[in-house]
Amino acid sequence: MASGQPFPLNAWYPAAWSHEVQPALLPRTLCGRDIVLYRRPNGGVAALEDACWHRLLPLSMGRLAGDEVVCGYHGLVFNASGRCTHMPAQSTINPAACVRAYPAVERHRLVWVWPGDPALADESAMPDFHWNDGTEWRGEGGAFTSLKCDWRLVVDNLMDLTHETYVHSGSIGHDAILDAPFEVTHTDRTATMTRWMIDIDAPPFWGRLLGKPGRVDRWQIVTFQAPAVVVGDVGVAPTGTGARAGDRSQGVNGAFLAAIAPETETSCHYFWNFVRTFRVDDDQLTDSLRRGHVDEGRGVYDQDHVVLEAQQRAIARNPRTPFYNLNIDAGALWARRLIDRLVAREQATRAPGQAAE
Amino acid sequence: MAEAIDRVGFVRATRTLTPTIRLIEIEPVDGFVAPTPGSHLDVSVMIGDRPDVRSYSVVGPCADGAYRIAVKRLEASRGGSAYMWSLAPGSRLAHSAPGNHFGLTLGRPDYLLLAGGIGVTPIFSHALALQRAGARFRLVYACRSRSDLALADELRGEIGDRLEIVIGEERGRVDVAGEIARLDADGEVYVCGPIGMLETARRAWAESGRPPDRLRFETFGASGRWPAVPFALKIPRLGKEIHVPATQSLLDALEAAGVEMIADCRRGECGLCALPILGLNGVVDHRDVFFSDAEKAANAKLCTCVSRVYGSEITLDTPDR
Repeated sequence: MASGQPFPLNAWYPAAWSHEVQPALLPRTLCGRDIVLYRRPNGGVAALEDACWHRLLPLSMGRLAGDEVVCGYHGLVFNASGRCTHMPAQSTINPAACVRAYPAVERHRLVWVWPGDPALADESAMPDFHWNDGTEWRGEGGAFTSLKCDWRLVVDNLMDLTHETYVHSGSIGHDAILDAPFEVTHTDRTATMTRWMIDIDAPPFWGRLLGKPGRVDRWQIVTFQAPAVVVGDVGVAPTGTGARAGDRSQGVNGAFLAAIAPETETSCHYFWNFVRTFRVDDDQLTDSLRRGHVDEGRGVYDQDHVVLEAQQRAIARNPRTPFYNLNIDAGALWARRLIDRLVAREQATRAPGQAAE
Repeated sequence: MAEAIDRVGFVRATRTLTPTIRLIEIEPVDGFVAPTPGSHLDVSVMIGDRPDVRSYSVVGPCADGAYRIAVKRLEASRGGSAYMWSLAPGSRLAHSAPGNHFGLTLGRPDYLLLAGGIGVTPIFSHALALQRAGARFRLVYACRSRSDLALADELRGEIGDRLEIVIGEERGRVDVAGEIARLDADGEVYVCGPIGMLETARRAWAESGRPPDRLRFETFGASGRWPAVPFALKIPRLGKEIHVPATQSLLDALEAAGVEMIADCRRGECGLCALPILGLNGVVDHRDVFFSDAEKAANAKLCTCVSRVYGSEITLDTPDR
């Protein structure tokens, strides 16, 4: 692991679900930077440093006045560019008075923020998260904000689904996961774990969704896009119907979606969804799938949540070099390699003060 | 607010750009923090046997890991520029990490950069950054005479025809209102230059009805409408009469005479060091950007960090009770 912060700053990170950003002040910390988000009258999203230039009170404790934020302490006003437009008790404005404005873009029903050098913010570097658009794939997810673990633990969790057998037994877990061979591949920006389980008994969750008797072929094709996105193409089809060869028409196909942002070095925000291409208009199914994932502690992601936070607490109490690795960790290790590489590249070319800013 | 002077560097090279402007390359010992466009370094200077702090804009992105600053030698210098000019390769210099009060915001449809004299130093960095970002912009660079031009060849090489040079002796003043009129409605202006240029720009901008926050400017408070002359300062409340030499600021003179002052930015922006004017023999050369035109005309107060008297005497009050 490169020294210093465990995340690159010059990247798009998810900051909020689009629907969370209203004409109201929404504080959120990303990569250790306190940011306040709000919906602008023109429909855009503003993302400002959440600390007044004057005395550092969080601007999120102030109020929104149209397209400007009024500090709740002395009434300094900042516009969506972070420039001060009003100072109390003087008729001019100190030209140095600014708060940082972070590049923010809304895409795939999420708001993405670039915490690093704004000059490098490149919309073409946005991760592909189109499964979340609410069009071809359907599903309504949620978010764990301020999850108390290093964001990379979430990546680890999703890149190795062996854990399903133990953490999620009774729903998606299955001993077959342990027996099936898997393959890990990578590009310079992605890592992919592929596992096919051929001719197995359907695990309860998938058996219900498939609604057909008999044994199945099950797939898990999980792709990490550095640094912040994991998409898992998952599903089952009746065995022998050619799913592995490319014909999934007899099966059911879902995708678990994760966009993860470091909040601090030991906490993160995890925006998740589970979407599908079958029974897309079945709102009851949409609802039950959401509750299957998060339901006041009973969903599968609630189970992960407990594990991840407990793992972070244990890491804090066990200062040995992070972990020992097993062969099942190859996907996670490739993902971490790609993250480390982004961090190292950023530190090598550490440009203008922004690196530390 | 000043940055912490917590780093040390050594002068690697100096280069004289004009008879009065010298480029100084500083190789940092404590690690390099690359400056954002518009950044400055605070450096520790010696004025006689007394340490003081001066700010100089960083020139360009400094991609090789050495800070470049340009220092204009001022006739009426308080001593900082003379000290900086005394540095030679190998000289040690305590300095801050780069700070930035004049940051560049990318993503606007159009930009006008206005530089006057030594004010070209931060604007140089802005121009290079805009060029690199592929932005639409123009740079108007005004100088009194051709021999005062610094970095003009480098600018021409980097940004070509986007640079327009206006030599005062040859073409008179920049048509600021005309330049603003040419700018896209959502464009921004960045100005660094003498107070006269700043005030012209502020007035023209206000008259154009454009949003005030899109006029960005920085001033070092170094230049005024009138030359710096010595004058007498009277403070009846304290029974003091202080001589203010041409090379010392009012604020420095007050502090040197044991008058306790509160000051912060020391470049005419925050207004903390302003004192009430009780009497005047001469005119007040308001060099700050804190007071409005109307307030300056009323002459009720002045910012002691940068403003001066062109005349023989001023009488001020202090907050002592």
